[in-house]
Order: sequence, then C-alpha cells, then structure tokens
Amino acid sequence: MTVRTVLTVAALTLQEATRRRVLRSLAALTIVLLALSAWGFSRIDAEFGGLTSGEARLVAAMVLNLVMFGLSLIAALGTAFLAGPTLAGDMESGAALAILARPVHRFAVLVGKWLGLIAFGAGFVALAGLAQLLVVRVTVGYWPPQPVTGLALLAAQTVVLLTLGLLLSSVSSPMASGVVAVGLFGATWIAGVVGAFGTALDNDSVARVGTVSRMLLPTDGLWRGAMNAFQDPTVLRQFGPAMQGHPFLSDASLTVTYLAWAGLWVVLVLGLTGMVFRRRDL
Amino acid sequence: MTGPDTEQGSPATGPGGRQVDRQSVLVERDGTPSGAQDGGSLGAAARLVAELPPAPAVWCSGLRKRYRRRTAVDGVSFTVDRGEVVGLLGPNGAGKTSVIKILLGLVRPDAGEVLLLGLPAREPRSRARVGYLPELFRYQPWLTAAEVLALHVRLAGADVPQRERQDCLAAVGLADRAGDRVGGFSKGMQQRLGLAVALVARPELVVLDEPTSALDPLGRADVRDLLLSLKARGVAVLLNSHLIGEVERVCDRVVILDKGRVAAAGTLAELLGRRELRLRLDGVTEPARDRLAAAGPLAQEGNLYTVTLPSEPEPTTVPQLVADLVGLGVRVHAVEPGRVSLEERLLAILRTGGEGR
Repeated sequence: MTVRTVLTVAALTLQEATRRRVLRSLAALTIVLLALSAWGFSRIDAEFGGLTSGEARLVAAMVLNLVMFGLSLIAALGTAFLAGPTLAGDMESGAALAILARPVHRFAVLVGKWLGLIAFGAGFVALAGLAQLLVVRVTVGYWPPQPVTGLALLAAQTVVLLTLGLLLSSVSSPMASGVVAVGLFGATWIAGVVGAFGTALDNDSVARVGTVSRMLLPTDGLWRGAMNAFQDPTVLRQFGPAMQGHPFLSDASLTVTYLAWAGLWVVLVLGLTGMVFRRRDL
Repeated sequence: MTGPDTEQGSPATGPGGRQVDRQSVLVERDGTPSGAQDGGSLGAAARLVAELPPAPAVWCSGLRKRYRRRTAVDGVSFTVDRGEVVGLLGPNGAGKTSVIKILLGLVRPDAGEVLLLGLPAREPRSRARVGYLPELFRYQPWLTAAEVLALHVRLAGADVPQRERQDCLAAVGLADRAGDRVGGFSKGMQQRLGLAVALVARPELVVLDEPTSALDPLGRADVRDLLLSLKARGVAVLLNSHLIGEVERVCDRVVILDKGRVAAAGTLAELLGRRELRLRLDGVTEPARDRLAAAGPLAQEGNLYTVTLPSEPEPTTVPQLVADLVGLGVRVHAVEPGRVSLEERLLAILRTGGEGR
C-alpha cells in the first residue's frame, strides 16, 4: 500500500515536471548554455593555439568547471522552483486535500514527491552534464579523468538542494521556499570560495567558514568533489600553489566520511520534513 | 439518534452501542442449548460477527480544535449511519469545514475521537472507501480528467475498470471531456470533476463540502439527482451546504453547527415536525385566548394568531379548537395550517443560540 503510494506520487511528480513549463525552460537554458560553451571552447582552441599542452588542459579544465557550475546553477534554480510548488503549492491551492484524504500515509506522499523530484533533477544533471563533456571533447579534445564520479556528485548536489527545497516548502510559501533554497545554495558556494582562499592563505579562521558551510549544507562540498573529478590531476601538480583557492579548481577529492555525512544530511532533512508535514493542518 | 434540539454530547449509536449489541446477541445465543453444545465454535462466532450491524459510516465524539486563540470546533459529536444522508448546516465560520477536515485526517484535532466505517480515522486505511469533494477543489491542471480519476483510483487502492471510470465522468456530465487537460476547465467543470473523483473508487461514505458552490442551476439539479442515486445505493453521505433547499430535499438528518458546537441535530421530521396553525380572529375574549394557548405556544400580531401545534396533532385537534372558539363567541375569518421550513427553523435555532443546550 505504502510502496504503491510512493511510486504513484513519484510518477505523478515526474509527470508534473515533464508537463509543466519548467522542463521547457530548463531545456531551453541548457541548450543555450551548451551552444555558448561549444562556441567558447572552439574559440579557446583557435585563439590560444600557442599554449603548451599543460596550459591548454588547465584552461579546458577551468572553463569546463565554470560551465558545469552554470549547469548546476540551472539545475539548482529549476529543481528548487519545482520543489517549492510541489508541496507548498499543493497545500496552498487545495490540490493536496483530495490526495491526502485518500488512504495514504503523508510520509509516503512526501517520499514519492522526493523520489520523483530527484529522478528528474539528477536525470537532468546527468544528461546535460554528459552533453557538456561531449561538447568539450569535440571542441578541444579534453576528456575528464572521472566523468561518472563527477556527474554523480553533481546529481548528488541537486538531490541535497531538492531535499532542502522540500523542507522549506513544507513550512513556507512556494515562491519563498524556492528563493531561500537558491539563496542558501549561492551563499554556501561563496562561503566555500572564501574558505578556499583561507586555506590558500593559511588563515584557519577564514578556512573554517568554508568547512562549516560545507557541513551545514553539503551542496558546495559535493560541487568541489565534482570539480575535482572533472579536472586533469596533472594540472594542479604542474601549476600547484599558483592555483590554490581558485573558485573553479579543486585540489582534493571527497572523503568517504564527507559523502556519508551528505547522505545522512539528506536522510535527516527528509525526516524533519516528514515530521513537519505530518503535523501540518491543511 | 437522540431527539431534536438536543446537544449531541453522547451519541446513542457508535462503538459503545455496537458493543452492547454484540453482548446482547451473545447472551441470547449462549442461552440456547445448541450454543452450549457447540462450545462457542469458530463458525458460530463468525456468524455472530457477520450478523452484527455494520459500524456507522462516521462516528465522532468530543472533537475540539483551536487555531491560536480562536476555537473553531468545540466538543462536536455526531453519527452518520450507513446509507444515511446527513446535512451539516450552520453560518459561515461555524466550524463545518474544520469538522469535515478533522474527520478525514486533514486537520489534527486537539481532542476527540473519529471512527470512519468502523476504523479509527488516524489509520489511513479507514479512508479506503471514503470519497471527498473539498470546498477548495483543485486538481492537477497538467493531467486530463481521465488521468485524475486513474490517479485517485490508484491512491485509493481500488480496482476500477476503465469503463466504470468513464461512466463516472459521464454521471457528472464530463463524458466528452475525459481526454482534456484539467487546466482548461471552468470552475464549474472542475467541481464536477471533483464529484467524479469523490465517487470513482466505489465509496461507502461520501463527504461533500459545498458541492454546488460553483455550479449553475442545472448543475445543482444534477448534484441533487446524484445524491438521491447515492442514497438509493445505500452510500452514506455527509453534505455541507449553504443551500438549505438542497439539504431539505435530500437529507435524512441534519446537524446544525454554530460557533463550533452542535446547536441542534435530528431528522427532518424531528426538526421541522412542529406544525403551525394561523388563525385570523375577531372578538377574542380572555377565555378564548386561554383556549388558544392550551392548544400550543401562542403568538399574536393584530388579529392574526399563530398557534404552534405538536408534531403529530390528533386529527380532531384543529376542528375541536375552531368549534370551541366559535362557542366562546369568537368570529373566525380564516384558519390556515402551515409547516415550519428548515430555513425558518435554522434561523430560529441560530438566533436563540441553540435550544436545548
């Protein structure tokens, strides 16, 4: 009964994502980004023909990470504004009344929505990310060392943001929850950059800003792991200290402990959302 | 159900009443020699259980709900029996929608208990055979009408073939719109779809919150027919409606809420049973006035006297009264029998703050 509810609601959420304008807007934005990046990468190749192979790899890795950041921002915007309306919007409009008056557990409905959203968000990131990697390969001949890990971490970052979006949408209005989720995503990224500068300058208290923010909201930590997987490992060895603290290069891969924390974070936030949603009067 | 105008603090039927039934049956059976010989066999027990009357469609007791400082529901108890159509009436803000949402587990009560079709309402499966049309009805605009029904059938865990779902849409006048997206539907069409959603999973109890608020007169007549067909099929209905005429035509019983409390409840006959006798009289002397007052509560406006008679007056009551008045020298111009309408009754109850409270 509960499994059927979860699957039914997950399918409904996927259907919602594909039939609403979100998908079309996402697709349009992604195509624009891919086209622009294809043009940009081909210019790099044409304009900087005199670069050494190491410099070319560094530029390609940096620009790839920059474009991937754009992609993850699109995913963040798209999914946060999808997660908001799906719960808060349903409660506000009354669509949740008819659904929740059925013989369903509220938590099953929530998990169904979450599954549908992550299937959509993670699917989008994986597909668009793969297309981007192919664009880079065709234009400048660069292929990242760990494409699957990188794409998986990008997808995990989307899952974290979606889970946060769901929690926010269980306590606030649809638009507010989307705005706050994207705002927190941006703030954590900036805190991550600040922390990286702190590390580069050997300033512990500044470095701690990044560490704390990465613990509170694991989007930036996962993003840095993804960047690390996309860049050529020889690049940092070659250019080492000069590139420390660069916002679009990452000098360390993720630890298993951090990945486990990110997983636990998702479970905890989803559980908290479930508790809030269960007690909510409609 | 208790008599008219009484507070429903302790429903006569319900889980308690059901247990009493069971005990009395057991005593009866145990007294027979065959029951003793069987030694309480499983078969006999199964028969006994099967013979029990089904639990009421809705049983609720002592429901309370506060929203911050405002008390929305204050000690509401009532029962909807199987196959019964019960109207929930009351002014705006009386707590009708809150009561309905508590029954369906959409709002958590601060106190009180609810059983739906014999199961505690906190268990989702108690709603497996319950259909609901919310006051604020809205369905996924990106789905077609047929897809909305399919979704609700799946969520209800029912197995309703395509043909039956199509019939359900036809019953609410949406047969030719099955493949259209709900986003393009008018408010009235969405309410019709809501009715189909409430009816599609073969419910034993249907809860309709203002089912005709967005419908034209034709739509209202359709809903009335639909309610009557549900009644004929033995489906219990709890109907919240401002249209008193609608309630009066289809409901077996009425529960009137005011300020979160049950102001009155009873069958229509009980609530409306009192008859009036309007007499236009001249030369009413003191003995004649006493004679009128002896027939029932008396009101006077000029030469128009209104006597409220008991619900089932003796056939001789009115002729005898007229004969006595004539005998006392009163000139009788007109005698008109009348019946109190539900609207008048509702207004009287609300103005006096609920009789019998």
